Amino acid sequence: MNNILVTKEVTKQYGNYTALKNISLEIPKNSIYGLLGPNGAGKTTLIRIINQITYPDKGAVLFDGEILKTEHISQIGYLPEERGLYKSMKVGEQALYLAQLKGLSKADAKAKLKFWFDRLEIGDWWNKKIQELSKGMAQKIQFIVTVLHEPKLLIFDEPFSGFDPINANLIKDEILKLKDAGTSIIFSTHRMESVEELCEYIALIHQSEKILDGKLSDIKKAYKNNIFEVGLEIENPDNFLIGLKEKFAILSSEYDTGENQLNFSVQLESNESRPLLHYLGDKANVNSFVETIPSANDIFIQTIKSRGISHE
Amino acid sequence: MNKLPLIIKREYLAKVRNKSFVIMTFLSPILMVGMILLIAYLTKLNDNEKRVISVLNESDYFSNSFLTTDTTSFVRFKDISLEEAKDSTLNMGYYGLVYLPNEADLEKVAKRSFFYSKESPSTSVLEKLEGLFKDRLRQERLRELGISAQQYSEMDSSYEMNISTFSGEQNLKGINEIKAVIGGGFGYLIMMFIIIYGGFVMRSVIEEKTSRIIEVIISSVKPFQLMLGKIIGTSLAGITQFGIWIVSGTLLLVIVMTIFDIDPATISGGGLNPTGVDTGMPSADMTMQLYAQELFDIPWVMLITLFLF
Repeated sequence: MNNILVTKEVTKQYGNYTALKNISLEIPKNSIYGLLGPNGAGKTTLIRIINQITYPDKGAVLFDGEILKTEHISQIGYLPEERGLYKSMKVGEQALYLAQLKGLSKADAKAKLKFWFDRLEIGDWWNKKIQELSKGMAQKIQFIVTVLHEPKLLIFDEPFSGFDPINANLIKDEILKLKDAGTSIIFSTHRMESVEELCEYIALIHQSEKILDGKLSDIKKAYKNNIFEVGLEIENPDNFLIGLKEKFAILSSEYDTGENQLNFSVQLESNESRPLLHYLGDKANVNSFVETIPSANDIFIQTIKSRGISHE
Repeated sequence: MNKLPLIIKREYLAKVRNKSFVIMTFLSPILMVGMILLIAYLTKLNDNEKRVISVLNESDYFSNSFLTTDTTSFVRFKDISLEEAKDSTLNMGYYGLVYLPNEADLEKVAKRSFFYSKESPSTSVLEKLEGLFKDRLRQERLRELGISAQQYSEMDSSYEMNISTFSGEQNLKGINEIKAVIGGGFGYLIMMFIIIYGGFVMRSVIEEKTSRIIEVIISSVKPFQLMLGKIIGTSLAGITQFGIWIVSGTLLLVIVMTIFDIDPATISGGGLNPTGVDTGMPSADMTMQLYAQELFDIPWVMLITLFLF
């Protein structure tokens, strides 16, 4: 069994509104899976179904090969987007309480909390009240509470919101360490740069439907459109450009007279780049030759636009 | 692992550590005892205030009617005019002046009599004076019918029906009313508790919604468990508060009563633990003992247990 979580044709309706429509996903073990989609697409509803906060109207969810049931709660860690803590409770006490709710014994919870508090260098916060902490500090506590019981599956809904870049990096590193330790992670966001950095797999949900899923590298390959960026060293580019344009579809070009550098982008008919390289090698010194791979952001926008619906 | 005890414990501690809860818990008995003290003080104050009423009697009647009682005493003026009597009454600071003119018969005296006072007189004083006049008039009419004052005073006899249960135990008058009051009291307490602690539960839910921790919690426990934990935790906090009130209230009351030397009998139902009556009263009075017995027979333990639920 290579999937930690499988959803089969999951549908959820709120009155007349369909929040999820036949969503089928396969989330591989020990991977970071990005759940992408614009606001209101249905990501949070799907996550709530996985956490058994709400139940699907149709379809099934399998956790580690079994139908999802109450006992699985202790094997899932969830950091919701709408998150908070009891303001008047002390940090340590609250962390202990939440850890025990996840099924840890008090002694276990204490030992693990000590480990995490030391690791994130917040040991002296134990007796502080949440209302005395800044938003970022409270987020750190929430992160610890989410991962403390060492679940098999971690679900992060917009985990970096509220963090400054330094702490966001810290949390990102911790997420990667957790993944290396064997945890599977679902990562819901619409911040594409973090998707590029972290996710191996993605699923794109839009208007309650899944419109794309798979390995990020495969998707990127599929979305490649054979555009290459080329940099050449050449003294008189005019004649060269005329000859080039006769043979290849040049999209744009730019010449730097000081450096004698010509940069242009070219659209090829196929992934085959050798004819172009041959042609260039005879005439100029090639400094750079890079295929443009679409970013997750490009794919996101392109896919949604191709559906004829603008991003909200 | 059952998570309900955890939730109950957290809710209980969150309530009990709340500042307003602590303040209410310790302030309420003080307020309550203060209230009782105030009532007792005012009762005493009223008791001590004895009204002095001057009487200017120019008639031949009513010579023995104005008798000094616990609350009222009469000062008789003689051989002075009405104006002088008014002046003296005012100067002496007496409550008022009863003036009975010199007339041929009792009826006329009564009709022309006046009560003068600085401000409008209290109803109790007026009723008392009117009673005196009515009594004297009745006596006079009966005398005309041939009944002497001696016979008249003998005429007034008191009677109380003896009551008993079928099994022969002596029954008590008014015990049902007392029981109804106790029942009503408990009903009121239950209502108050539901309102106050229902509000606590509501505030606790609102707190979780606004601090947005709710989603973290209900991804670990069922909403039903969370709500049940809240209700039980809050009820336990309520019971704790109630217990502290009873213990500290009774203690405070005993201390205050010892210090100020207040007789519990002067306070009518002023929040005293009713079971305290039977132990505290050394009275040999059978009726009192019977009342105590009756109150003791009320199933207090069951009442309180049911109240807690």
